[in-house]
Amino acid sequence: MSLLAARDLAVARGGLRAVEGVSFTLDAGQALILRGPNGIGKTTLLRTLAGLQAPVAGEVAGDDIAYAGHADGLKPALTVAENLHFWSAIFGGPPIDAALSAMNLTELARRPAHALSAGQKRRLGLARLIVTGRKVWLLDEPTVSLDAASVALFADMLRGHLGQGGAALIATHIELGLDAQVLDLTPYRATIRPPTSRPAGFNEAFA
Amino acid sequence: MKALLIRDLRLAVRAGGGFGLALAFFLILCTLVPFGVGPEGGQLSRIAPGILWVGALLACLLSLDRIFALDHEDGSLDLLATAPLPLEGAVAIKALAHWLTTGLPLVIFAPVLGLMLHLPGPAFPWLVVSLILGTPALSMLGAFGAAMTVGLRRGGLLLSLLVLPLYIPTLIFGAEAVRRGAIAADPAPPLVFLAAITLAVLALVPFAAAAALRVNLR
Repeated sequence: MSLLAARDLAVARGGLRAVEGVSFTLDAGQALILRGPNGIGKTTLLRTLAGLQAPVAGEVAGDDIAYAGHADGLKPALTVAENLHFWSAIFGGPPIDAALSAMNLTELARRPAHALSAGQKRRLGLARLIVTGRKVWLLDEPTVSLDAASVALFADMLRGHLGQGGAALIATHIELGLDAQVLDLTPYRATIRPPTSRPAGFNEAFA
Repeated sequence: MKALLIRDLRLAVRAGGGFGLALAFFLILCTLVPFGVGPEGGQLSRIAPGILWVGALLACLLSLDRIFALDHEDGSLDLLATAPLPLEGAVAIKALAHWLTTGLPLVIFAPVLGLMLHLPGPAFPWLVVSLILGTPALSMLGAFGAAMTVGLRRGGLLLSLLVLPLYIPTLIFGAEAVRRGAIAADPAPPLVFLAAITLAVLALVPFAAAAALRVNLR
């Protein structure tokens, strides 16, 4: 029983198809790394899988998904602990202590998020994944602005999550030292069809 | 749901949250009118119901763009949309938080400003009642406008243009109820209409606003 499955998926950004024909399954304990040049549609694919936009073709099967995009979703006026408490309450997830210690934030718990460095903010954004209590993590460039020690911390957290029967789909360009398969999106780049092949009344809703 | 409400209230009262801004605007507006119209009591008390309602409307408008724009900028809106909480529920809660931080203070302070505008004595209870019944609709319609314009740069101005026409029915019946209270006529008919508008808005608009958000998040 796979946690997340995509079948013949095509996604569009701004009405143009980005990638098409993508199929994969993600089982418990499995991590899948998304690769591909800038602009090919890694973020669009992740947002589609997270349910933030509808696929233009194909199917996605899977719920229990936690999405972590480029923005961390932090409120600068709230403290680290308040930010995590909020997401824990919204997702009905576990208490925040494990998340704080996993990303080495325990000492910063009472600090307001606007006083954090970029790397610390990212660590808090990643710690949020634990308090969602969700099985499938969709991660979009999770290691941006992390130093080497924090990347190792994050890889440990990820291994722990996989060990507990979770799964992760990660768009990243760096090596995390995980035992993971790689899905290169380059062969799935959507071919640009000439406009003449489009039926009359074509618009982006039917892309 | 409760967590979202508490977070929004907390954000509103912390530094930079903009709590009290709408109230201060309302105060200044109602202070300026006597300077512009002149201090002659008869004239002021005739226009006071309208001024108070227009003031409440504009004050409400000030903080509308914050309902979703900030959450969209920092990515929380994406995360909320993928959370177990239905987006319609999130919209309703955020509108409630807006009302508690904007509408409710206006209701409480309106009688004080009514005094400054020579509002006739019998109209005061009806001013409070009409604002209590009408301002929730302002917040909810505002949430709809904010959902429509989320992600647009300088969306605030467009938001005003979208939302102000939707405020017209509430304004008409709200001001009319206060005017009738002032001349000792029966204020019940406009109040009933006011309440009906608010209830319809509270029941229907969360769905429209959530649909608009889903489109804008794509």
